[in-house]
Amino acid sequence: MSINLAAQINSIMAALILLTAFGLLVQRRMYGLLHLFAWQGLFLSVSTAIVGYVSGAHHLYISSILTLALKVVLIPYILHFLIRQLHIHKEVEQLVNVPTTMLIGIALVIFSYYLTAPIRELSTLVTRSTLAVALATVMLGLLMMITRRHAVTQIIGFLALENGLFFAATSATYGMPLVVELGVALDILIAAFIFGIFFFQIRTTFDSLDVEQMTKLKEED
Amino acid sequence: MMTLSPFVLVSLSILIIAFTLILVPLFARHQKILIYVSFPLMAISSAIAVIAGIWSVAVGIPESTILSIGLPDLPFHLRLDPLSGFFLTVIGLLSFFVSIYSTGYCKGYAGKRSVTHLVIFYSLFIAGMFLVVLSDDAFFFLISWELMAIASYFLVMFEDELIENRRAAFLYLVVAHIGAIAILLSFGVLAGATGLEGFSGYTFDAMRQTEFPLKWATVAFLLAFFGFSAKAGVIPLHVWLPEAHPAAPSNVSALMSGVMLKTAIYGIIRVTFDLIKVFPLWWGAMVLVLGLITAIMGILYAIMQNDIKRMLAYSSVENIGVILIGIGLAIIFTSFHIPVLAALSLTAVFYHSINHAMFKGLLFMGAGALLHATHKKNMDEMGGLIHYMPWTSTLFLIGSISISALPPFNGFISEWLIFQAFLLSPSLNSPLLNLLIPMGAALLALTAALVAACFVKGFGIAFLGHWRGLHNPPLHRGGLEVNWPMRIGMLLPALMCLILGILPTMVIEWMDKISDELVGGKIATTAGAFGWLWLTPVAHERASYSGAIVLLWIIVVVMLVYILLHSRKTAIHRVPLWDCGFEKITPRMQYNANSFSMPIRRIFGFLFNIREQVRLSNATLHPSFPNRLYYRLRIRDRFWGWIYKPISESSYWISRKFGRLQQGYIHVYLIYSFITIIILLVFAR
Repeated sequence: MSINLAAQINSIMAALILLTAFGLLVQRRMYGLLHLFAWQGLFLSVSTAIVGYVSGAHHLYISSILTLALKVVLIPYILHFLIRQLHIHKEVEQLVNVPTTMLIGIALVIFSYYLTAPIRELSTLVTRSTLAVALATVMLGLLMMITRRHAVTQIIGFLALENGLFFAATSATYGMPLVVELGVALDILIAAFIFGIFFFQIRTTFDSLDVEQMTKLKEED
Repeated sequence: MMTLSPFVLVSLSILIIAFTLILVPLFARHQKILIYVSFPLMAISSAIAVIAGIWSVAVGIPESTILSIGLPDLPFHLRLDPLSGFFLTVIGLLSFFVSIYSTGYCKGYAGKRSVTHLVIFYSLFIAGMFLVVLSDDAFFFLISWELMAIASYFLVMFEDELIENRRAAFLYLVVAHIGAIAILLSFGVLAGATGLEGFSGYTFDAMRQTEFPLKWATVAFLLAFFGFSAKAGVIPLHVWLPEAHPAAPSNVSALMSGVMLKTAIYGIIRVTFDLIKVFPLWWGAMVLVLGLITAIMGILYAIMQNDIKRMLAYSSVENIGVILIGIGLAIIFTSFHIPVLAALSLTAVFYHSINHAMFKGLLFMGAGALLHATHKKNMDEMGGLIHYMPWTSTLFLIGSISISALPPFNGFISEWLIFQAFLLSPSLNSPLLNLLIPMGAALLALTAALVAACFVKGFGIAFLGHWRGLHNPPLHRGGLEVNWPMRIGMLLPALMCLILGILPTMVIEWMDKISDELVGGKIATTAGAFGWLWLTPVAHERASYSGAIVLLWIIVVVMLVYILLHSRKTAIHRVPLWDCGFEKITPRMQYNANSFSMPIRRIFGFLFNIREQVRLSNATLHPSFPNRLYYRLRIRDRFWGWIYKPISESSYWISRKFGRLQQGYIHVYLIYSFITIIILLVFAR
C-alpha cells in the first residue's frame, strides 16, 4: 500500500467522521445516536491505524485497538445499558430546529477550513488536510452539546468532541506519546462511568434527565 | 561559636516567640498557667528585641543575612539597619510593657472564655511586626505584613459573639487587604524598574541600587503611599480604626494603635527615603496636606466621641497625621537639598513615633484598666474614678499630659521639633510653600490645642466628678484598682514618657544616624551643643529647651504651694458642695461628655453628620415642666457617606448586573465557552 493510497483512505475516513458528526447533530432517536457514535469511533480507529502505518509509529496501533475497544464497544454498551435502565429511548427534543443546526454546522466547517489554512501550508505531513475536519468535529460536538437538552445526548456530544480532539492529535502530529493516549483513554472510560452514576442521581433529584430542570439550582434573585 | 550581635539577639527574640507558640498546646487546658507562662515569655522576647534595636542603632552598621527557606529560588532576605533597628526598639518597648500588662489583663478572661486564641495570635502579631521591619525583600516583607494583618484580624475578632465586633473585624480585613494589594503593586513596579530578570529585582538591595525614572518612581510612590496609608489610618482611609480598636481587647488595641500603625510609617519611610530616593516637591506637599487634614479631622472626631477607646482610636488618626506632616516636610526639604532641615523633620517623625507608641499604649492600657474595673466603655457611665483607682488615674493623667504636648513630658519635644521645622521653612524659595506652610503651622497649633481639649474631656469625664452610671460602681474591697501586673505595665511607659521628655538630647544623639543615612544630614552636633541638659535643634540663639529644668521648676512650685497650704492647719476647709441653692443635686446634673464637647460641636458642626433630637414627654402641667426629657445625639463620620457608601453601592450594582450572566441553563454556559473559543480562534489565526 503506497503512502498516497493511505492518505486517500485517511481522507475518506475523515469525510466519514465528519458525516457521522453531522448525523449526530440531526438524529432524533437515542439508539440511532448511539449507533452513529459507535460508527464514528470505528472510523477513528481505522484512521488511527492507517496513520500508524504511514508514519511508522507503531504505538498508534495500540491506540487504534484501544479506540476500538472503548469507543466502539464498551462506551456504547454502557450507554445502551443506561438508556434501557432509565427508559429514555424515546425521541430527543432539540432546542434549535434541525435545518438551522445544520446551517450553523456547515458554517463551522467552513470556519475550520479557514482557520487551518495557514497550518496546511506549513505542514509537511500527509494527513495535514484532515486537520480542518478534526477541528470541525470538535466544534460540531460542542454545538451538539449546546443544542440538545437531554443529559445523555449532551454526553454523547462530549464524547464526539473528544473523538475530534483525538483525531486532531493523530492527523496534526501523528499522535501523542503512548502514555498520554493511554491516560486519555482511561479518563474517557472513567468519565463514562461517572456520567452513568450522575444520570441516576440527576433523575432521582429532578425526576427527569432534561437539563432545563437544573435552572432550579440557580441562586434566587 | 557565634559572636553576639544585634542580629543574633533579634533572632533569639523571634525564636523565643516560636518557643512560646510551641508551648501553647501544652497549657491549653490550664488557662491561668498559660497566661503566666506565655506573656512573660513574650515580655522577655520583646525586651531582647529592644536591646537588639538600641544596639543596632547605636552601632549603625547594617547586618543582613539570607535564609534559604520558603519557595525555591526565592530565599528570604533579612536586614537589620539603623532604621529597622529604631522601629524594632519602638515595637519591642511597647510589646514589652503590654506583655507585662496582659499577664494581669487576661486574668479577667479566665473562667469566662478561652484565651488560647488570644495568646497564639498575640504572639504571631508581635512576631509579624518584628519580621516586617527586618525583611529585606518585597516577598518576605509582604508575608510578614500579611502575618501581622491576619493575626490582628483574629485579635479584633476575639470577642466574636457580638455582631459589631465581627463587622469591625471584616471592615479591618477589607481595608488592610486593599492596602496590601497596593503595596504589592508598588513593589512590582519597583522590581520591574530595576530591570533585573526573575525575582532578583524583588530584593530591597536591588531597588536601593537602582536610579528610578521619575515616571515609575511616582507610580510606585503613590501606590505605596496609598497602601501604607490604609494601614496607618490616613483620612479618608481611617474608617476601620474607630471600629476595630473598641472591638479588640485593650492590650491588643494598645499594640495596634501604638506600634502597628508605626509599621506603616516605617513602610512609607523605607520606600520613600531608602528605596526610591527621588523627591519631587509635590510629593512632599501632598503628604503634608494629607497629614494636616488627617491631624485636624482626626482630633475633631476624637472630641466628639464618648466611647473612650473610640476617642483614643481617632486620636491615633490625629497622631498619624502629625507624623505625616513631618514626613511631608522632610520630603520638601530634601527636594530643596537642605539635608539639615530634612534631618530635623525626620528626627521629629521618629521622636513622635516612639512618643506616640508610649503614650497611646499607656492610654489604651488605661482604658483597658477602666474596662476591666467597670466593664464599661462609655465615659458618661464612669466618673469620680480618681477616688477608686488612684494608680490608674495618675498614670492616665500622665498619658493625657504627654499626648497634649505639655512639658515636661515627651509629646512636647516632638511637636516642638515639628514646629521648629515649620518655622525654618520661610527660607524656601517657592510661593506655593510660602502660602502652605504658615497655614500648616497654624493648623498644627490648632490641632495641639484641640488635643488638649480632647484629653481634658477624657480625663475629666472618666476620673473626676461623681459616678455617672445608673447603678453604683462595682466596688470590691473599697476600690476598683487593677492588679499589679497591669499597674506595672502602665507605670513603665509613663516613666518612658518622662525620660523621653527630659533627656531628648541623648535620644536624638542616639538616633541621629538614621536620618544621616536616609537624607544625609545630622542635627545632633547642634542639638546637643550645650550638653545633655539643653536641646537646641538648630542654633541656640533661635530656640532651646530643657525638660529637666522645666521639671525642676514644676517640682519646686508644687512643693512651695503644698508647703504654703499645709503649713497652717486652717488653710484648707472641707465644706459641703455649693449647690446654687438647689438642694436636690444629683450626679446626673454633672457636666458630661456631650456637654463638654458641645462648643466645639457648634463651631465645627458642618464637618460632621449630626442628628440631634430633643423630645418632651408627659407634659402634664405645662410644656415648661415636663416629667421627662429625651435627648438623643448621633454623630457620624461624613466620609462614610462621601466615599464608602457610593463605592459599596456601585460595586453591589455591578455584581448584580454580572449576576445576570448566570442563567442556570447549561446551554447558555456552553454557548459562552463556545463563543469564547471561536473569538479566540479568530484572533489567534
